[in-house]
Amino acid sequence: MSGREKPQESPSQTAGPYLHIGCTPNVAGVSGVYDEDLGVTTQTKNSSFLEIRIFDGDGNPVTDAMVELWADSISFWARAVHDEERDIYPFFVPVVAKGESGNVVSNISVWIVARGINLGLHSRIYFPENDNSSDPVLGLVEPSRQSTLLAQKHDKGYRFDIHLQGEDETVFFDV
Amino acid sequence: MNEGAIYRPRSRNWHPVCHTPKYKSSILRTPKKPLICFSSTSSEVTGPVFGHELIGQLDNDLVRNFGNTDETAIGPRIIVHGRVIDEGGNPVPNALIEIWQANAAGRYRHKNDNYIAPLDPNFGGCGRTLTAADGSYEFFTIQPGAYPWPNHENAWRPGHIHFSVFGSSFAQRLITQMYFEGDPLIPLCPIVNTIPDKRAIEQLVARLDMQRAVSMDRLAYRFDVILRGRNATPFENRPEGT
Repeated sequence: MSGREKPQESPSQTAGPYLHIGCTPNVAGVSGVYDEDLGVTTQTKNSSFLEIRIFDGDGNPVTDAMVELWADSISFWARAVHDEERDIYPFFVPVVAKGESGNVVSNISVWIVARGINLGLHSRIYFPENDNSSDPVLGLVEPSRQSTLLAQKHDKGYRFDIHLQGEDETVFFDV
Repeated sequence: MNEGAIYRPRSRNWHPVCHTPKYKSSILRTPKKPLICFSSTSSEVTGPVFGHELIGQLDNDLVRNFGNTDETAIGPRIIVHGRVIDEGGNPVPNALIEIWQANAAGRYRHKNDNYIAPLDPNFGGCGRTLTAADGSYEFFTIQPGAYPWPNHENAWRPGHIHFSVFGSSFAQRLITQMYFEGDPLIPLCPIVNTIPDKRAIEQLVARLDMQRAVSMDRLAYRFDVILRGRNATPFENRPEGT
């Protein structure tokens, strides 16, 4: 050891209520700076629609957050902020039910930041078509809470509700 | 699982506490149940890669990247520069940094900001860049003003710039805020004070850098961002589920 103090990770701070300016400026109305916002997903042949909703401890919708998704096996990264018209965080995700060909992902990593969240929250989304019983990470979660990580079939796609707090609190991970 | 590619667990005494009642927005938005720990899988040690073709010529120039390109934003002209490194001291190249900030009067260009201070027609408030091979980056912007917010009576945020950083993996994903050396509002701010350790707060305070200031043109502030480092401890030595 050199005796020098090792650098420590920069501490996190909340993304605040105006994160759209920096992360999705075209949604925020700060147009003309970037051609398009990063991470916006569009429908493709092999994609499914995934709508995410976020609720606070009083059960009220959280509408000023940003959600990012990452699935390493297919290098899928996406980002969304709240869509006011549909009242959801909209994504098209490349999910194909087990047994079908194409991109099959067993789960998608999720990261949530918002006003009031001092350190970004990591979670995961699993899909009901897959046999998740041998998943090592899901196995660490007590059975009664595993369902908080399971997307629900909804319309022609999926819905995933994130409860930041309360009885149905979503499982968050220290990754 | 990627053996030997495990991130050191985040220090929960160094990062802000989650539930911080003095910062009121945190009260209903923070998990009450403990986080569940697990050793990194490939989802955590990998992340999206952004290419240089993404970055436009004025993306890191907030003084000129919005509005009338013949005019510049109003306010103290500053360079914000530094390096992105990891906890091992290694440079993090090709890290995408996205920043956003209020204008010199303390007003954000956002529909939910109704502070009486004026918008600047030539200031949007967003910028981005990729770090160079040595982890270095640079922005040209204006110094953001302090502004009031409704957390408590006479609450003011110190001038700050929001930083969103992508390192080389999803586990390193970080959003934080940069403050300015000497700002007397820093110790009064409940968002700053969600961080329990004063040394950690110091790490978010950019230093005046006269070496990089440009005479008769702009001042400079230096701000280094440190991302999580990998643990030397092999995977096998880490108890399962911790």
